[in-house]
Amino acid sequence: MSLINLTIDGVQVQAVPGTSVLEAAGQAGIKIPTLCYLKEINEIGSCRICLVEVEGARTLQASCVTPVTEGMVVRTNTPEVRQARKLNLELIMSNHPQECLICPRSTNCELQQLAAELGISELRFTGAMSPYEPDFSSPSLVRDPRKCILCRRCVSVCENVQQVSAIAPQERGFDTVVAPAFLEPLGNAACVNCGQCALVCPTAAIHEKDQTGEVWAALADPEKHVVVQTAPAVRVSIGEMFGAEPGRVATGQLVAALRKLGFDRVFDTDFTADLTIMEEGSELIKRLQEGGTLPLITSCSPGWIKFIEHFYPDLLPHLSTCKSPQQMFGALAKTYYAQKAGIDPSNIFVVSIMPCTAKKFEAGREEMNGSGHRDVDVALTTRELGKMLKEAGIDFNSLAEEEYDSPLGISTGAGVIFGSTGGVMEAALRTAYELVTGETLPDLEFHAVRGLEGVKETSVNLNGTTLNVAVAHGLANAREILERVSGGQEYHFIEIMCCPGGCIGGGGQPIPTDREIRARRAAGIYDADRAMPLRKSHENPAVQALYKEFLGEPLGHKSHELLHTHYLARQKY
Amino acid sequence: MSNGCACHTQLEPEQLNEVGRIMEPYRGQPGSLIQVLHKAQNAVGYLPREVQVMVSEGLNVPLTRVYGVVSFYSFFTTKPKGKHKICVCAGTACYVRGANQLLNQLEKDYHIGPGDTSDDGQFSLDVVRCVGACGLGPVMTVDDDVYGRVHTDKLSSILEKYAKE
Ligand code: SF4
Ligand code: SF4
Ligand code: SF4
Ligand code: FES
Repeated sequence: MSLINLTIDGVQVQAVPGTSVLEAAGQAGIKIPTLCYLKEINEIGSCRICLVEVEGARTLQASCVTPVTEGMVVRTNTPEVRQARKLNLELIMSNHPQECLICPRSTNCELQQLAAELGISELRFTGAMSPYEPDFSSPSLVRDPRKCILCRRCVSVCENVQQVSAIAPQERGFDTVVAPAFLEPLGNAACVNCGQCALVCPTAAIHEKDQTGEVWAALADPEKHVVVQTAPAVRVSIGEMFGAEPGRVATGQLVAALRKLGFDRVFDTDFTADLTIMEEGSELIKRLQEGGTLPLITSCSPGWIKFIEHFYPDLLPHLSTCKSPQQMFGALAKTYYAQKAGIDPSNIFVVSIMPCTAKKFEAGREEMNGSGHRDVDVALTTRELGKMLKEAGIDFNSLAEEEYDSPLGISTGAGVIFGSTGGVMEAALRTAYELVTGETLPDLEFHAVRGLEGVKETSVNLNGTTLNVAVAHGLANAREILERVSGGQEYHFIEIMCCPGGCIGGGGQPIPTDREIRARRAAGIYDADRAMPLRKSHENPAVQALYKEFLGEPLGHKSHELLHTHYLARQKY
Repeated sequence: MSNGCACHTQLEPEQLNEVGRIMEPYRGQPGSLIQVLHKAQNAVGYLPREVQVMVSEGLNVPLTRVYGVVSFYSFFTTKPKGKHKICVCAGTACYVRGANQLLNQLEKDYHIGPGDTSDDGQFSLDVVRCVGACGLGPVMTVDDDVYGRVHTDKLSSILEKYAKE
């Protein structure tokens, strides 16, 4: 393919045909400011912040949607360009609430940062504010249309990456608003609470529901025994809240930070991830042996669960009946752990630190009370934990590493990899192989199910039976697999995660989260796995003890009561 | 899902069948959305929720996008025409003599704006260009009756008569 030659700010640049001027400039180290643009996701040229001068063109061009052409001469830094960008930004700001001091996105807001970078020092225009009130109806997210700059990134993610289409621009002119159909509250819409919209929103127009107040209150209550669990994917991202590189494994510091915050016990969701493998693996083997509904599909991801409940209710029998690791943890904390520690379960308060906004919804599902109490009291996102640590003045990166408490803090590498797409599958295969064949796995890394490819498939030979497995992450990819299943393709076991990249790319993770950051966090997850002395769930001694002392056997009566659940067919509209 | 929403009215099965027939040639064609909505509105008179859902399913367009188009173009309406049709003249003379106050009053007392229908389904409101009775401004018509010098204090007594019918 022949390259295209152009000049940007006097520098000779070569670019592949089809490249935008913005990208070509970026490759040459020239930064052009952007606002609505989101690589490969939202390239619609609506905000006109990325204007540049193109010789021969009558007007300034939006560089994010202008393809390079041979011999093009581009200037990105002329007085006209700077002035036009500023003017466009001032107009965007003219109806924006001046609330930075009390805004959840302050210091992590693209609009705020852009205003600083473009040197806006006065508000020359003031327009009418949005007529729409904030929407608190969703258990996971808050919509604040007053802070919406109508960049449509959230809409692109929701429609294309997730194919949920819960929100779109409605009405027109000054009344334009990004909202569900009929301007219904988000909590009533067929939204799966994935928070991918919040992850890409440049402002605070969509953000997670802040529940840190409830956790501060529990920590301050002397009656409450407050235990915390940390999801696998949080250890490779929490450092980013404090300026660390994405993917740095900070497990020991995470534990130390949570102790400093005042949690009575610091446990690990990885423990119940291992337990999930025991239960779900047994379920798979049972369905294979007894002719149950196949393929079996994983059920760890609450956004995915709500998706199938709304859009493919006829496929619900394929779902594993296993609760997610978060919910298994809550149920055991208020039964097994309460008994062992001699604490009245009604005084135990369970907090989860999750990379996920849908976990808030899951924790609130009516049926999640197998312990006789609310299994999980509050699910916080990685971002909310970061805020609490800052508020407490904890300097995360300088903390000395500490160890999780036992028994619910003991885990294996198989539990850690739940944090990345393909991880549940790999963990299940490690265990299923050894349980079915009675032999030791020669190589316990299943690279075919790793990586950010949207749909991954492989076959594994278990004692002469071929197991066809598939992995999808991101709901557009999930749809593709479900269509294949409906079309009769033969699979035995499928892992589906709601968010692109799996939990490392969850809607509760630090902002920004993009493809490259996802890849680095995934690498961190596999590093953490390799560093674990045990890497197969069935070898977890605490899980073995749990079965011996309390549960009996996988899929037994107690498991059924505490660790398994049922689903609900929901309407699409 | 939305209860108590005025646009969620029950349609006759015959009307729904009609929408189905209209849509048939366009199945799976998202590009025909506006055209189909036009035809559906012509057939049914308005675009209630269930019609929008049918169109969404039939054309394979997300409901958010269907509603986005319906709420963007002022010629689409989600409410049936009211029993009685009010027109307020917005010609210059009437405007000067207080047509605007009249519209504000209608909004305030009957929650009804131009192109809209009152929640009880009694009245729909349109704004029209000069009706040729400039001397009598502000002028309002209700069905076939013309009223002149309708100042805001007269409004309720005029509409009361129709509301009873
Ligand atoms: S969204 Fe950004 S610019 Fe707007 S108030 Fe919040 S921090 Fe400030
Ligand atoms: S949470 Fe997910 S499904 Fe809901 S609006 Fe946001 S992107 Fe769409
Ligand atoms: S909610 Fe956020 S992402 Fe969506 S259009 Fe508004 S500013 Fe953009
Ligand atoms: S970033 Fe190019 S138009 Fe918004």
